[in-house]
Amino acid sequence: MEQASFPGIAKIFSSPPLRITLITALFLIYPFLVSDYFIDIAFYFGIYALLGLSLNIVLGEVGLFDLGHAGFYAIGAYTTAILNTKFGVPILVLLPLSALAAALFAYVVFSPVIHLQGDYLLIVTLGMGEIVRLALINNPFGLTGGPNGVFGIDFPSLGAFLVVDSSLEYYFLIWLIVGLTILGLTRLQDSRIGRAWNYIREDETAANASGIDSRSYKLLAFVLGAALAGVAGNVYASKLMCVSPESFTFWESCLIFCIVLIGGMGSIPGVLIGAAFISLFPEIFRPFAMYRMLIFGSAMILMMMFRPGGVWPRKRGAVQYESLLGDTGRADV
Amino acid sequence: MSERRTHASGEIVLETSGLTKIFGGLIAVNSIDLKVHKGEILSLIGPNGAGKTTVFNTVTGIYRPEFGEVFFKNEKITGKKPHQIISCGIARTFQNIRLFPDMTCRENVMAGQHCRSSAGLFSSIFKTPFQRREEDMIREVAEKRLRQVRLWKVRDELAKNIAYGSQRMLEIARALASDPVLLVLDEPSSGLNPRETWDLMVFLQGLIREEDITILLIEHDMNVVMGISDWVVVMDGGRKIAEGVPEDIYADQRVIEAYLGKEEEDYGDYGATAEH
Repeated sequence: MEQASFPGIAKIFSSPPLRITLITALFLIYPFLVSDYFIDIAFYFGIYALLGLSLNIVLGEVGLFDLGHAGFYAIGAYTTAILNTKFGVPILVLLPLSALAAALFAYVVFSPVIHLQGDYLLIVTLGMGEIVRLALINNPFGLTGGPNGVFGIDFPSLGAFLVVDSSLEYYFLIWLIVGLTILGLTRLQDSRIGRAWNYIREDETAANASGIDSRSYKLLAFVLGAALAGVAGNVYASKLMCVSPESFTFWESCLIFCIVLIGGMGSIPGVLIGAAFISLFPEIFRPFAMYRMLIFGSAMILMMMFRPGGVWPRKRGAVQYESLLGDTGRADV
Repeated sequence: MSERRTHASGEIVLETSGLTKIFGGLIAVNSIDLKVHKGEILSLIGPNGAGKTTVFNTVTGIYRPEFGEVFFKNEKITGKKPHQIISCGIARTFQNIRLFPDMTCRENVMAGQHCRSSAGLFSSIFKTPFQRREEDMIREVAEKRLRQVRLWKVRDELAKNIAYGSQRMLEIARALASDPVLLVLDEPSSGLNPRETWDLMVFLQGLIREEDITILLIEHDMNVVMGISDWVVVMDGGRKIAEGVPEDIYADQRVIEAYLGKEEEDYGDYGATAEH
């Protein structure tokens, strides 16, 4: 109904390339129109978008419950913090290293438990997230700085030419990463790997019988999701210049979980909407800080009741496939 | 007793020897020997709980047998995992249809080609020429199979939204999309109306005629069993109690007893020719 009353707008938004161009243009112009404060909000939107996209691989595409995702985020952030402050490794070099560290951790931890189903796996992920946080607080080998965390993390820089040290530059750094991630994940969705993940989510027994090694594909999802969360941790650590365990609590995992649920499981535009909601919500409701959680909770309940598929669920069959074999003379079959 | 009609090559596609599966204290499958010849339709029948589906699950790798071996084209496949079994060339369907409900019919059928393709993470992200060619191949096979089961026109519909009979055929199309040597169908006609059942029989016979394929079937509908089987194996209580061509099985005293129960001695001997 709404679309019918705005035929011009509806037409613009129904063309995917145009839609993507418009949104990209908006993201490029936005920071030049607003103050640093709003650029920072958009930066955190970017961080949550990346975290949401990383959890979406596990939760959205494969349907595995993961309530410990902040653990991977923490490992990325602390890898960056420790290697940078103690050994002076540059932040940009640590970007892939943080991803690798989180991915390796996911591989080691989840290899023995990946066969667990549904809520059992959920409990394991929950425990994993808490173990990581408690380990950080307990300052193992004097590396993590205990509850105070690690201070004095460097800016990302490429020699003297490109130094990322302003809000504007961080904004572009994170959204460049998010953009590339979206590109990669969109292509994965449309490949045999993305389909294999979806087959497992839909019916694991049938997926196995159709030739999908569900064990390795689930593990791949966890490893890839952890790697992306590790990247988010890297950028977050250098932006804040310090990391502490309280940034990676169970609540953080819940927020990331909500991003995927609100947006729509397995839907990339949905995750972006969910991330926008989670990062902008506290700002919008800042005047009623006391009632913020009340409103947030009610919004979640109403969402689950009236739109359980999320705000923007992935549309299957939206791309209408035409014949590759050509006309067989039997138009109806 | 009539002779078994066999393929000119006489090749045995699937063979089980002494296959035994135990659940707790229950011997679900007790030392079953099966020989499936190339190009035939072999039906496995028996009353409920006879262990037919357990035989299927053991052959297709869902269960691991306690004793006995499974050979596929003279190669031992005992204990292989389901995803490895399908790449060997054994594709199956399920008794209660198991599709990917929230995916399109086309995506469902494309699943069958998964074991015949190999593009990895990096070639998928960078869309290498190899990956594109492979995707085209997957789509072509899916289209061929969807047309074959007459579901091409609903290719973009979600699998959960199509009719029950179509869902059964979609599951068969998905199995066929893996280019199987042996197709294992668990009660393909259950829930179908007589018309759809007839179409299914014609379809399966066409498949045997036109493609280099062998079919192993669990079936309850006696019309289907008698109509299309080349060989029938009867199970009861986990054991094989009889096997033969359909006409012989139809008249076999042990089979009738398994299905209808044994007669009391006092009531005389008129059960053998009655019933059905």
